[in-house]
Parts: sequence; structure tokens; C-alpha cells
Amino acid sequence: MDLFEHEAKELFAEYGVPVQAGKVAHTAEEARAIAAEFAAAGHPLVVVKAQVKTGGRGKAGGVKLANGADEAFEKASQILGMDIKGHIVHKVLIAQASDIAQEYYLSYLVDRAGRQFMAICSVEGGVEIEEVARTKPEAVARIGIDPLAGVDRALAAEIVEAGRLPAEAATGAVELAERLWAVFTDEDATLVEVNPLVLTTDGEVTAVDGKVTLDDNAAFRQDHEKFADPQAADPLEARAKAKHLNYVKLDGSVGVIGNGAGLVMSTLDVVAYAGEEFGGVRPANFLDIGGGASAEVMANGLDIVLSDPSVRSVLVNVFGGITSCDEVANGIVSAIGILADRGEEVRHPIVVRLDGNNAAEGRRILTEAGIGAVEQVGTMDDAARRAAELASLAATGA
Amino acid sequence: MAIFLTAQSRIIVQGITGSEGRKHGARMIAAGTNVVGGTNPRKAGQSVDLGGTSVPVFGTVSEAMDATGADVSVVFVPPAGTKDAVIEAVDVKMPLVIVITEGIPVHDTATFWAYASARGNATRIVGPNCPGVASPGKSNAGIIPADITTEGRIGLVSKSGTLTYQMMYELRDIGFSTAVGIGGDPIIGTTHIDCLAAFQGDAETDAIVMIGEIGGDAEERAAAYIDANMTKPVVAYVAGFTAPEGKTMGHAGAIISGSAGTAQAKKEALEKVGVKVGRTPSETARLVREIMQSR
Repeated sequence: MDLFEHEAKELFAEYGVPVQAGKVAHTAEEARAIAAEFAAAGHPLVVVKAQVKTGGRGKAGGVKLANGADEAFEKASQILGMDIKGHIVHKVLIAQASDIAQEYYLSYLVDRAGRQFMAICSVEGGVEIEEVARTKPEAVARIGIDPLAGVDRALAAEIVEAGRLPAEAATGAVELAERLWAVFTDEDATLVEVNPLVLTTDGEVTAVDGKVTLDDNAAFRQDHEKFADPQAADPLEARAKAKHLNYVKLDGSVGVIGNGAGLVMSTLDVVAYAGEEFGGVRPANFLDIGGGASAEVMANGLDIVLSDPSVRSVLVNVFGGITSCDEVANGIVSAIGILADRGEEVRHPIVVRLDGNNAAEGRRILTEAGIGAVEQVGTMDDAARRAAELASLAATGA
Repeated sequence: MAIFLTAQSRIIVQGITGSEGRKHGARMIAAGTNVVGGTNPRKAGQSVDLGGTSVPVFGTVSEAMDATGADVSVVFVPPAGTKDAVIEAVDVKMPLVIVITEGIPVHDTATFWAYASARGNATRIVGPNCPGVASPGKSNAGIIPADITTEGRIGLVSKSGTLTYQMMYELRDIGFSTAVGIGGDPIIGTTHIDCLAAFQGDAETDAIVMIGEIGGDAEERAAAYIDANMTKPVVAYVAGFTAPEGKTMGHAGAIISGSAGTAQAKKEALEKVGVKVGRTPSETARLVREIMQSR
């Protein structure tokens, strides 16, 4: 789960990581009031920052400097409602502008290749670190962190030194780095990033931006719910989540249901390949119903997929490994029954491919059930092709 | 011979009294696997019936090893207890620990991996969040269905469970020496490269099929390894070409961030070193079949 900048900074502050003072506004009026408050306290200069969970806000015009309450109102009016890479801006952070002397970079993340953690530190901050790594690789320090030892004062000093931060920033940066490590471990984060890490003209080291990704697998021991963001979630994704379904909305027209993350990912690809032949038909979603695939789970899955208005056909791709295909077939038959009982008519063709354990029996059950909407195809590639074809026919009204 | 798991492997199940442990313990035994015991600290001294076979329950991995000579442990312990379970097995130098459990926080995996490394990696860890290791006709440690394939001379290493099953099934007439599900988490114990190296050295494996997916750069590193070290043919498949940036596709590790981790980059890296990469699982199976039939 990614946090908003303001949430990341609130978390930083809890751990004693110095952050720029700021408050969240949901309307331009709120922005004006916050800026007025800061001005009264002697800080008329503020930065109005779009709160979206994506990079490149600055380039998109989502970050603007404002002098005083009226300008803050004006800039917030421009930024609120903006679409930044598909993310609508619902709130802005009004932050006191810092007198920036220098900008650096610091992050902790999972080092997949090294099977440990890693700190990245650079004297070149305020720009994308990937860009710095490309153009000035010598300016980006990567320090491996032993998960058993963590980051103590000595390693924090080593990280800051490796990043070539100047002497005047060192003390503040080392302290910040040590506290930021506590955020990373105590909150079960997979990424904490401060960019820019700022040295102000009066010698303070502060986090001026913050990015945090929390590990969803740690939800059982962390209070991640407080960061839930219902506004950002796609309505279908939210509904699927409530039913404990692993669903991701995509932009195509073939609804996809399968068992196992890898197989479903692969099914999306095979649909997209097959769809090239039919004018670029693409998958509408990722939905992994897992190993069991009971009738109820299948019904909930079909219900979610069929509720997507852009869906024109559905592909159910199941490999019977532990579950045998006769159970899956019975699941599909009951699922369609359950939907009928709920008064939800199945309006789109459902292409089913069953393979693996007891596939012949599964196919027989589906054939005998004689459901008009269901069409069986023997292989994954052919089933994907048929589902793409049906979606394209439905789209052209043929 | 096969890799990691042979007919001689003696297996215990950590968490044998739980529903998953019992269910899959029974399936392993039905597949001919030598399951010699299990652990649950609260049920030491009891036994558990696994599909008609009575299996002793021990309080600790140490006791189980002493009493049975076990050399493999399969972990079904729930996520909150998995880290301690693995560390317990590492402490007694269990040679192979296969972690099936899904949903383990990455900080816990990083910790038990570091713990094993600090003790000289005397324990091989497979997983977490993986289907396990199967050497068809010999032994089956984990949740890979035993009856979907046969014994043969293809080696398989995969991040994904169901794609593993799909591939084993499509090539069931040719058969497999060993299939290793390494799991789709950001940090895993045994890697693609570890398995490639083991298959290269295995006299009973003629060709290897490698299944990858989006996220990280394990496939790119495997490509470099293949280029430098492998003489046996490798065929690959990569899932996730249509996955959008920033969305996790089921596996915690299956996420594209920025320009890193795309399926296209992985495919290109593999093809550059001469590895054939199938566009679909079926095409991949066909490529493997051609290699095996031309031998």
C-alpha cells in the first residue's frame, strides 16, 4: 500500500524525522485558511502540493509556490481536480516553503537481488533518482543493510558519507537516517524515500517530500487500515476486496477469471495476443479466484466481472491441480444459478477452458448443464482467441 | 538423481496438525513421499493420521530430526509464526526447508534469510509462498499435484504455482526430473540461478524450462548466468506483458515499478543469450518438446 505524501510525513513526524510544517486542504477555501494561518505566524510563502500516489507531480503542474492566502486559494483551485497520470487530485498539502540551500536523496528499500535491505543516498536530490543513476552513477551510493543488524548511528554515518553529503549537513542527515530506519522496520515498510532531503539556509536537515510503501502482508500486525483510501480505489476493486477477491481493473473488454496469480497473468497476455487479430481487444481485469474455486467464490467472481460495463465477453481459465475440474465445473454451474437467483442475468458469452485433473468429467458436467451463455474451448490459446473474437463481435454489434 | 529431493529424502512437516499440513501431508504420502513426522509444540508425543498412515508429532524440529533422521522440512505454519519456524529449522541445520506459507511480511523473510546466511547457509531454503519441490516418481514435498505428470528428464523452475502445474501437465508424456516452485515474493531463498546450476549438474536432467514473471530482475540475472555457465538447453516463459505499472498482480513480488521489472525486458534479456522464450505457456511447452524430441 502506497501512502500519500502527507501521510508519509505524518508517519515521519511520529518517529522524530524532521518534516516541513504543512496541513491538508480538500477545498481551495481550506487552502486559503491554512495559508492565512501560516502567514499570521510569519510564513506567508507556502507550497501547494497535489496529493496523488504517483511521481512527476511537479512536471504535471501539481506543485506550485504561493505567496499569501489569496494566491494559495488560486493555486489550490488550479490543482484540485487535476488529472495526473490518471490520478484525480482530491486534496492538496499546504506546506511552509523551506529556504532550500541544498537538496539530497535518501531511501531504504528491499534489495531483491541481495535478499536483504538497501539504503540509497545521494548528494543529488530533488530530481528522479533513476535519472541521476543514469547520468551521474558515481553520485548514487547503494549500501546493503543486514536485516539482523539494521541501521545504527555508525551505519547511518557511513550511508551519509557514501552519498557524499557535505559536512554541514552530516549531523542532521545521520540523525534523520537513523530515525527513518525505525519507520522502515517498525511500520513494515518496503520503501521509505525522502526526495528531496533538504539542508535549509539556517542549517536544518528536513524531509521536504516523503514516499512510503507498506507491506500488505504485514496487515495482521500493523494498523494499515487507517491509511485506506476509498476515494482512490476503483469501485469494482473495492467491491472485490470486500469479497476477498484478488481483482485488478484493467482497460479492455474481455473479463478474465482464473486460478493462480501466474496463470491469470499469463491469461491476460494470451488474450491480448489473440486480441491483436480483432483490432486490439484487451483483457478487462485480473481476477485470481485461488485454488479452491468453490461455487460461491466463482459466483462472486462472475458477478464482479459482469458488473464491469466495458466487459463484452468472459474467459474462465482454470487448471485443475489440487482442485479437480469436476468441482470447478459444478462451481460454474452453481455460480450461474446463484446469479440467476439474485436476478442478475448473464448477458455476455462465457468461454470456459478446463484442463488438468478430471478435465473430461468437468467438461461433461458443463455440456450437460446446457447453459446458453457458456461455450467450452479445449486449450488456453484457443479459448483466449474465442473470447477476444466474441468481445469484438459484441463491440461491433454483429 | 533429480535435484534437492530424491527417493531417499526423509520429510517432516512443520505445522502438521493444521488443516493445510494434514491435507497436504496426506497427499504427499499418497504420492509415495517418505513423510517421517511433523511438529507442533503443543501436541508433542501424539500422532496424526494422514490418509491412513500414522505419523508421529514432535515438539521441536530438533527432536523430530533426532528421532527420524529427517533431512527435509516442509513449512505450513501460518504467516505470523513462519519466521520462527524457519529459524528453528536453520538452528538444527535442517538441510532443506521448503516454505509453502503465503502472506509472510517481507521483513520476516529478510530476517530468516539473513539468519540462515549468517550461519553459513547450511540450510537450503525454498520459498516462501511457493508450491514446493516435486521429483516425480520419487518424492513430493509441498502442494504440487503429483498425478498431473510423470517422471522424465525435464527440469523446471518457476515463480508461479499454477503455471508450473500447467507446464508439467502439457509435457506429462515426456516427464520431469524435478520441478522447483521458488515462489513469487520479493525475497526468496532458492533462486532461478540456484536451480539452473543444480540442473546443469544433474545427470538425469537434459533440458530446463524456466518460468518467470514481472517484478525484480531475477530473470535478467538468470540470463547472464545461462550465458556464462549453462550448456544444457533452457526454454523460458515470462508472464505479465499486459500488467500495468504500480499494480500488484497477485504475488507480492509481481509489480512493475518505473521501468524496472517488465516482462518485455526479461524476454529480451533471455533471448539475447539464446534462450527460446515462448509467447504462451503452450508455445513454451512446444519449444521444450522439440528440444527433447531432437535429442
